[in-house]
Amino acid sequence: MSDNRIMVDIRGAEKDFGIVMALKGVDLTVNEGEVVLIIGPSGSGKSTLLRSINRLEALTGGQIFVDGDPLVGPDADIRKIREETGMVFQDFNLFPHKTALENISLAPMKVKKISIEESEARARKLLERVGLGDRGDSYPGQLSGGQKQRVAIARALAMEPKVMLFDEPTSALDPEMVKEVLDVMLDLVKEGMTMMVVSHEMGFARAAADRVVFMDEGEIVEIGPPEEIFENAREERTRKFLKHIL
Amino acid sequence: MASLEQQRGPRIEVTDGALLPTRGDGYIIDSWRLTIAFAILALITLIFIAKDPYDQIFRVVIKGAPLTFGVTAGAILGSIVLGLFTGLGQIARGRALNLVAGVYVELIRGIPLLVQLIFIYFALGKFFRLDGFPAAVIALSICYGAYMGEIFRAGIQAIPRGQMEAALALGMTRRQAMRLIILPQTMKIILPAIGNEFIAMLKDSSLVSVIALRDILRRGREHVSRTFLSLETYAVVALVYLVFTLVLSKLVAMMEDRMNKNER
Ligand SMILES: Nc1ncnc2c1ncn2[C@@H]1O[C@H](COP(=O)(O)OP(=O)(O)OP(=O)(O)O)[C@@H](O)[C@H]1O
Ligand SMILES: [Mg+2]
Repeated sequence: MSDNRIMVDIRGAEKDFGIVMALKGVDLTVNEGEVVLIIGPSGSGKSTLLRSINRLEALTGGQIFVDGDPLVGPDADIRKIREETGMVFQDFNLFPHKTALENISLAPMKVKKISIEESEARARKLLERVGLGDRGDSYPGQLSGGQKQRVAIARALAMEPKVMLFDEPTSALDPEMVKEVLDVMLDLVKEGMTMMVVSHEMGFARAAADRVVFMDEGEIVEIGPPEEIFENAREERTRKFLKHIL
Repeated sequence: MASLEQQRGPRIEVTDGALLPTRGDGYIIDSWRLTIAFAILALITLIFIAKDPYDQIFRVVIKGAPLTFGVTAGAILGSIVLGLFTGLGQIARGRALNLVAGVYVELIRGIPLLVQLIFIYFALGKFFRLDGFPAAVIALSICYGAYMGEIFRAGIQAIPRGQMEAALALGMTRRQAMRLIILPQTMKIILPAIGNEFIAMLKDSSLVSVIALRDILRRGREHVSRTFLSLETYAVVALVYLVFTLVLSKLVAMMEDRMNKNER
């Protein structure tokens, strides 16, 4: 949005799982500060696309650049890319043997080699920011789903990423906890974070998304601003899917 | 986590992805207390009330305790290290490592410990002079390392995939993720199983008496050959092992409780 610096540049991404082709040549660019929402039926490759960006899944074809750095090839520095991309999972994946504070301060300490004091001070600030200033000493097992997901977001933010990837961050939550997580995400949007979000939260899409990507069977079927996709999609497949979920 | 019924051994409860061993507690009389009370009372009765020949037997037999403990402690350390590397080797991404670790496990599990012990002692002895003590520790470590390897492998694989993925996504190396995230959680869930191996090692350390190591059992056998008091002697030997084993199992249980208290 701002000066059109491309943060994520996906070129002809392919992922062949053997039995299924999860990505069949996906092209997508995400600019700095942009919020892209990815929707599509189950099995359409949304998670695979997101997980390819930090190479939790290795592409079988194509290339991805994160802020100019290649993901594949001899010049690829996967750890740098992982440091620069924060990921939030559907089922949180908090470390159950660490407190909320330790969950957040661990990676800065071990990966960025920041001192304990400094990384804990930062973790405390992040906990404040996600509204959990008083829960730093709690273990994940003592937190509600919504609280866990907010800690998970804070954990990802602690690495000061350039891009945040969210894979269905509210799908595992009880309905009354969805809002507290979406509110934290909306704050991030306001601060100008570049975000790719797999989600079917239409409210969030309308409030925050710059573009909506509709995927089906490993391909991007249609891309456009939320109003356009939701109200008058060009493709029949998109309209059919939206009728299902709206 | 209060338990409803008394149960032997650890129970496994699932709380969002983490396995928590919990122990039925809260009764004044439990099977452990009953058994150790019996064992200690029986020993005291024999040694201090019946006295002859039991006090003499006890004094002879207990001299073997340091050796029994030494062999057991050495084997515990050795087998944990071997088991950890075996478990990691089995799940590593190199095929050669998988094979080496896998063959080691298959091989060792197919040969009786007694045979291994005698073989290692005499086979190694052909090439370089190995004292009984290191031979015993090595043999027990190699044997139990294979079983521990299986426990480590299963424990590591029981940790949800998302844990490794979250750690990698934060920029950790595989090695960091293993050390900081996966193994600490693994240790917690395998402690009851490892604890059982510790106890088995303490008991199986009695096999080292066949390679001329003067542990508790060996001292007992020597005493029998001098005095022909077989029933009396082996009764004391059995009671001494029983007390040690019960104490060790309590120590393991206390470790488990401590680990669980550190969380939640
Ligand atoms: N590890 C894997 N091995 C084999 N096939 C896989 C694997 N992961 C995903 N797939 C397949 O790839 C396809 C895309 O899966 P993906 O998880 O990306 O879909 P999705 O759009 O995220 O679906 P959902 O909405 O259910 O999360 C599916 O057909 C899925 O079965
Ligand atoms: Mg998915």
